[in-house]
Amino acid sequence: MTGGEILKVRGLCKTFGGLAAVDDVSLQVRTGELHAVIGPNGAGKTTLINLLSGDLPPSSGSILFRDQDIIKLPPERRSHLGIGRSYQKTNIFLGFTVLENCRLAAQSRAPRLLNWWRDALSYNDELEQARRALAAVALADRADDVALALSHGEQRQLEIAMCLATDPQLLLLDEPLAGMGTEESQKMVELIGRLADARAILLVEHDMDAVFQLADVLTVMVNGKVLATGAPAEIRANHEVQSAYLGSSDEIL
Amino acid sequence: MIPISLPRTALLAALLAIVLFPLIGATFYVQLGAKIMIMAIFALSLDLLVGHTGLVSLGQAAYFGVAAYVLALISPQYEAANLWLTLPAAMAVAAVAALIIGFLVVRTAGVYFIMVTLAFAQMLYSVFHDTKLGGGSDGIYIYVRPELNIAGFKPLDLENPMQFYYFVLILLAVVYAFLNRVLHAPFGRALAGIRLNEQRMRSIGFPVFSYKLGAFVLAGALAGLAGYLAACQFGFVNPDILAWQQSGVVLMMVILGGMGRLHGAVLGAFSYVLLQEVFSAPALLGAYAKHWQLVMGSLIVMIVLVFPHGIGGFLDIVLRRISYRPPSSARTDGT
Repeated sequence: MTGGEILKVRGLCKTFGGLAAVDDVSLQVRTGELHAVIGPNGAGKTTLINLLSGDLPPSSGSILFRDQDIIKLPPERRSHLGIGRSYQKTNIFLGFTVLENCRLAAQSRAPRLLNWWRDALSYNDELEQARRALAAVALADRADDVALALSHGEQRQLEIAMCLATDPQLLLLDEPLAGMGTEESQKMVELIGRLADARAILLVEHDMDAVFQLADVLTVMVNGKVLATGAPAEIRANHEVQSAYLGSSDEIL
Repeated sequence: MIPISLPRTALLAALLAIVLFPLIGATFYVQLGAKIMIMAIFALSLDLLVGHTGLVSLGQAAYFGVAAYVLALISPQYEAANLWLTLPAAMAVAAVAALIIGFLVVRTAGVYFIMVTLAFAQMLYSVFHDTKLGGGSDGIYIYVRPELNIAGFKPLDLENPMQFYYFVLILLAVVYAFLNRVLHAPFGRALAGIRLNEQRMRSIGFPVFSYKLGAFVLAGALAGLAGYLAACQFGFVNPDILAWQQSGVVLMMVILGGMGRLHGAVLGAFSYVLLQEVFSAPALLGAYAKHWQLVMGSLIVMIVLVFPHGIGGFLDIVLRRISYRPPSSARTDGT
């Protein structure tokens, strides 16, 4: 079931020099809702995620998360408020074990800046939390392997498990299916579907089958602007969207 | 039954040699040994930044030198200073200097970080070189070494080279063990994450700036410990102690020994000082000994080319080969 609006974005802009990568974007995401953002390459989808996660400072606009203005907060503060993100290019600690990747994410919830003595592996709560996150993405049996040894698909799963270990209420997923095979993709789609039950998810994805399978709400972006927002059926029937985006099938892939 | 393996035997033999050395070595070599161990503490402090946090500092001598000056400036002229007061004071001043400078430089990354750490260290150099504070470019003498005094009881006489050697050895062991703990604690694990992927650390919620600043201050305090001991040993402090050459030497020790491994920093300090002694003595190079830097530089370049992970990394591989046992024996990796 969908709850209240957890994320409200109003008039968000980001310009790089003269180029408006994100131009007056407004949208909202509710708890329990999966909000997919689609659009051709260069539409500004990843920039939008970077603005929401705090990796990039916006030029103007407002971002309310649980009714709090977070526009000036750095990524680590947003993470503590309950925003987790995955990256388009796999962004994990390749030299650490799979478990350590998640344990470190769990450790961030209990700030131990001045804990210089006790062994990090002796905090059982955090290890438990890390193992739960790995179990949620079906990586529990790879816990002791080095992240570098995982397949591409498994690394994408680990990326999401790291987010889960921080127990976010809003997940920003940037093309989680990128570069995945059919079977891996299907597993990931099922995983994302499960995650959406209790959280709000903003999903950027090129795989239209997955998007229409998962999304409760769709936002179509073209050249940094929102072209249309609505339920998947409405978007499918929208003539503007069809001509600008869905119609030219070569751009979808 | 204690399993006897070659690496363990070699390690024990080396430790035994270090502990017993002052009993047989000539005074000159005992003093050289103490100097090496002081440099090892200095190199350990820098390795915390360079090898474990990914912050390549070219200004670590600033904190080494500041602490040395603190001892020189607060020591009474003709009597022994109290070690229990002057050592914490010297380390605290070094830590405060690192806190202030770190607050400004830790925001930068990569080559900018190298440049600004160097710039701040050179500023401190100018302060001591160009003002009357600390005797200007002539430096100041410490006529009497500090006293280790526990309620009238003096367990160690630091004026005695052998006892000074053991004092430094104990401190090196303590610093080594302490850093080993720190690196396995949550703080150290976070530093390891920052070294690998700072952006990811922020997005999972780590205030990366605070962690880097914490590491910078800790490294400054430990460099201060080394600087204090150096001032004790030489009885003399001048601005060269915090010049960029000194920062460069300690960085070379860390690279030579292998970044990111504590034993590498210690091995780097040992190798560097010993090689310098060999090459700068006329016994080996005759009249060319005064150009020892040329030989030394070439050798370091070759070592780094042949052993990309330094002497420590090379030894790790050798020991792993020798002590290889069937996979059933679970190996714990110290890094």
